[in-house]
Amino acid sequence: MKSWNRFKNSYLFYSFKRDPVAIFSFSALSVLVIISILAPVVAPYNTYDMATIDIMDAETPPAWMEGGSESFILGTDIQGRDLLSTMIYGLRVSLLIGVGAVLLQAVVGILVGLLSGYLGGKLDAFLMRIADIQFSIPYLIVAIFTSAIFKLAFGVGRYAELAVPLLIIIIGMSEWPKYARTVRASVLGEKNKEYVEAARVIGINRWQIMYRHVLPNTLTPVLVISTIQVAEAVMSEAALSFLGLGMPITKPSLGALIRAGFEYIFSGSWWITFFPGVLLAFLILVILLLGDWLRDVFNPKLYKG
Amino acid sequence: MFAFIVRRIIQAIIVMLVISLVGFSIQHQIGDPIRDLVGERVTPAEREAIRDQLGLNDPFYVQYVRFVKNACKGDLGLSFFYKKPALEVIAAKAPATIELVIVTALILIVISIPAGIYSAIYPKSWFSRIVMAFSTIGVAIPVFLTAIALIYLFGVELNWLPSYGRGETVNLWGWESGFFTWDGLKHLVLPSVSLSSIMLPLFIRLVRAEMMEVLETEYIKFAWAKGLHRERVWYIHAFKNTLLPVITVFGVQLGILFAFTILTETVFQWQGMGFMFLEAVERSDTSLLVAYLVVVGVIFVVVNTIVDIVYGFVNPMVRIAGTK
Amino acid sequence: MRHLLEVKDLEVKFALWSDELTAIDGISFTLDRGELLGIVGESGAGKSVTGFAIINLISKPGFISAGQVLFEGQELNRLPEEEMRAIRGNRISMIFQDPMMTLNPVLTIRTQMVETVLAHENVSKAEAFDIALDKLKKVHIPSPEKRIHQYPHECSGGMRQRIVVAIALLTNPALIIADEPTTALDVTIQAEIMDLLLELCESEKMGLILITHDLAVVSQITEKVIVMYAGKIVESGSTQTVVEDPKHPYTQGLIKALPGIIPPGSRLNQIPGMMPNLTDIPAGCAFHPRCNISGNTCQMEVPALISKGQHDRMLACHMIK
Repeated sequence: MKSWNRFKNSYLFYSFKRDPVAIFSFSALSVLVIISILAPVVAPYNTYDMATIDIMDAETPPAWMEGGSESFILGTDIQGRDLLSTMIYGLRVSLLIGVGAVLLQAVVGILVGLLSGYLGGKLDAFLMRIADIQFSIPYLIVAIFTSAIFKLAFGVGRYAELAVPLLIIIIGMSEWPKYARTVRASVLGEKNKEYVEAARVIGINRWQIMYRHVLPNTLTPVLVISTIQVAEAVMSEAALSFLGLGMPITKPSLGALIRAGFEYIFSGSWWITFFPGVLLAFLILVILLLGDWLRDVFNPKLYKG
Repeated sequence: MFAFIVRRIIQAIIVMLVISLVGFSIQHQIGDPIRDLVGERVTPAEREAIRDQLGLNDPFYVQYVRFVKNACKGDLGLSFFYKKPALEVIAAKAPATIELVIVTALILIVISIPAGIYSAIYPKSWFSRIVMAFSTIGVAIPVFLTAIALIYLFGVELNWLPSYGRGETVNLWGWESGFFTWDGLKHLVLPSVSLSSIMLPLFIRLVRAEMMEVLETEYIKFAWAKGLHRERVWYIHAFKNTLLPVITVFGVQLGILFAFTILTETVFQWQGMGFMFLEAVERSDTSLLVAYLVVVGVIFVVVNTIVDIVYGFVNPMVRIAGTK
Repeated sequence: MRHLLEVKDLEVKFALWSDELTAIDGISFTLDRGELLGIVGESGAGKSVTGFAIINLISKPGFISAGQVLFEGQELNRLPEEEMRAIRGNRISMIFQDPMMTLNPVLTIRTQMVETVLAHENVSKAEAFDIALDKLKKVHIPSPEKRIHQYPHECSGGMRQRIVVAIALLTNPALIIADEPTTALDVTIQAEIMDLLLELCESEKMGLILITHDLAVVSQITEKVIVMYAGKIVESGSTQTVVEDPKHPYTQGLIKALPGIIPPGSRLNQIPGMMPNLTDIPAGCAFHPRCNISGNTCQMEVPALISKGQHDRMLACHMIK
């Protein structure tokens, strides 16, 4: 209760209340997240259940168009699955992978950044060298390559089975240097502050200092980049799936759906690509808007506290 | 200055070695060079014999060194699918990708610099606001969606522009170019516009932000106090300072642009290196995959190094400091 | 007799969201050719804004809300931008505080000098180049033919400021406004630059407005001085009389705060408190919260600037008669 009161009175909440864009994007994102968590409840059909799909329903247009049917509001895809339900499950997968990947990036990156920054020396030089080398190659290339290799190594079937964790690992490992660098920079800044000296003098051991004293102070920049990273992770997953290196068509994410529907826009079934595309773009947009707002709020230069 | 160039080149070589190591490891683990050479119908005994002959039972580092030596000579293995040296296949496809990237880069420069400068000088104008709004939204839309949207609008509905392939190309000493025919140029439009849509929001914002920062500096104020003409203050004093950070970012982004060609070429069935890469994945053509990795790695490193060196020349503070 | 520069009841405001803040609240002074005027005050007093107001170069959201700036009889504040541009850097030059920030780091000194000449005079590039070299010699820059091709960061701080002075001289202006020209420099260089400015004003018969917080510098080279506080003039007159016999409590405080007067080892004299923010300037006399002789009227009425004695002495204080 005390924390809630403190939050309500904080600058963060204050500027949030006054910014319509922040309120809008946060609400929209919350709605999307809730929908995806409650997918089995919210979606009209369970699209993973083969029994409910009839190939004869394939390529039905949305309900308001000619040929459409009330039971499939947004139409169906090429296999006869209800598009709306597939989109909801796809949203769930996209978010799951996006957030999972960022969690992985963050954990690895923070760990490396903390150790590197605080302990310094050869360890720092070594870790940062690796980060630099990985940094000089665009993250998307790393992701595309790694998934291509995995696909070849595991074979198509096995890859499809393990797709979700594999994608989380692939996307997670392609971007950890960003977290490492950010945290390291923060740690270097905090390391020389007096409270760290004081803790050392009292005799608290290194690990405790790192974990309980230094780490909390480096979390603000981490929070700021995290939202943007989630958006990037979602985009990466969509890109990989679109290229056929991501989620398979049986358990599609939004990117995979777009891939599946792509060929059919020429024959007129535009909705298969259109609706998932709009949902994907919207999802990324609200995450980015929220991230932009967070960054402005935490920017010390603009801070009028 | 010379020391600076040497340092950059050494750094470049190190990165290339790392890339080659990664590439080779992949080749080593997943590739099947025997199949690449003689196909699938060989007995196990024959396999072993060929393995020995090719030195495939040698220790890792021996094979790696051989790999690097061959690579430097231009031999990156044989493509299983095309039955031709991998490098040859890539060389044939490279012009398509390079031309696409060139046109995209041109679009980026021609649009983002004027738009960025204008919205920095007149930030409250309706033009600036629209540009900013577009760039916020533009960042959120993945490139393949933009590509698909463009194809649908201009290719299917309006039928103004072709939506796949390169169209007619002209062969100039082995370089298949789409620049010299009307048809080829028409085919270049949608793919390059799609590709540029990824970077355009970023660059417009970057140019604008840098320009705005520069316009607040003391030396710009002094330029006004000297009574110089507006155009001179904006385009000579401010612009050059704005350009410096933009050049660095541009260099980095050029590499990322290459990554995105994979996505764009897929949508437009553009017969370039990116499309070839995906086909190689489908066909389990490991040599081609690794060759692509190495070639693209080399391209990045070279482009980044050149950009760094160019920056060193353009920024007088680096240029002269390097000699001290 | 027409003054070179006449500032009449100048008011400068800053427009912020719903409010308007007054940075300069009705100041007036004159300057003639060959005269050296000092404008003194702490940071935030409005002295720099005065300098910029004269050439109408106040950063947004500031603007001249009232009053006149007359230069050689012309009303500058009403001049259209193109005509004002022709005067800036030409008839009136300005020198800023930090020469490292004033010169564009990516352009050579030659470019930055030649362009100034070409912007105002109808000469060829070669002629402009010669003029530039000539001015560099005038400010005693060693080997100017080499220096002129260099970049600003290749020169030392003192040399950079000389170059800035040279740039100010390129078009033989009638007036130079120097805004804290020596604050960012070492003490020894400070003296050199001040001597340089003095020498040039005498030889070229230019007017100089020296804007600074450093009363010591002002007392050494200027003939007239204006003391500003919170956007108003509180005391003015000939430098010698104001420094030897300061009447306004603020001026007295400034003089007492000069390190030279105190015996070594003892505490420096301070004026208690700080210059008020533009947003909360006290009612009545703006200085009264910090003043040791303030009375009841001081809290309610703004003191008018009136003549006191000879030598154009002016004072704005209720308590000193």
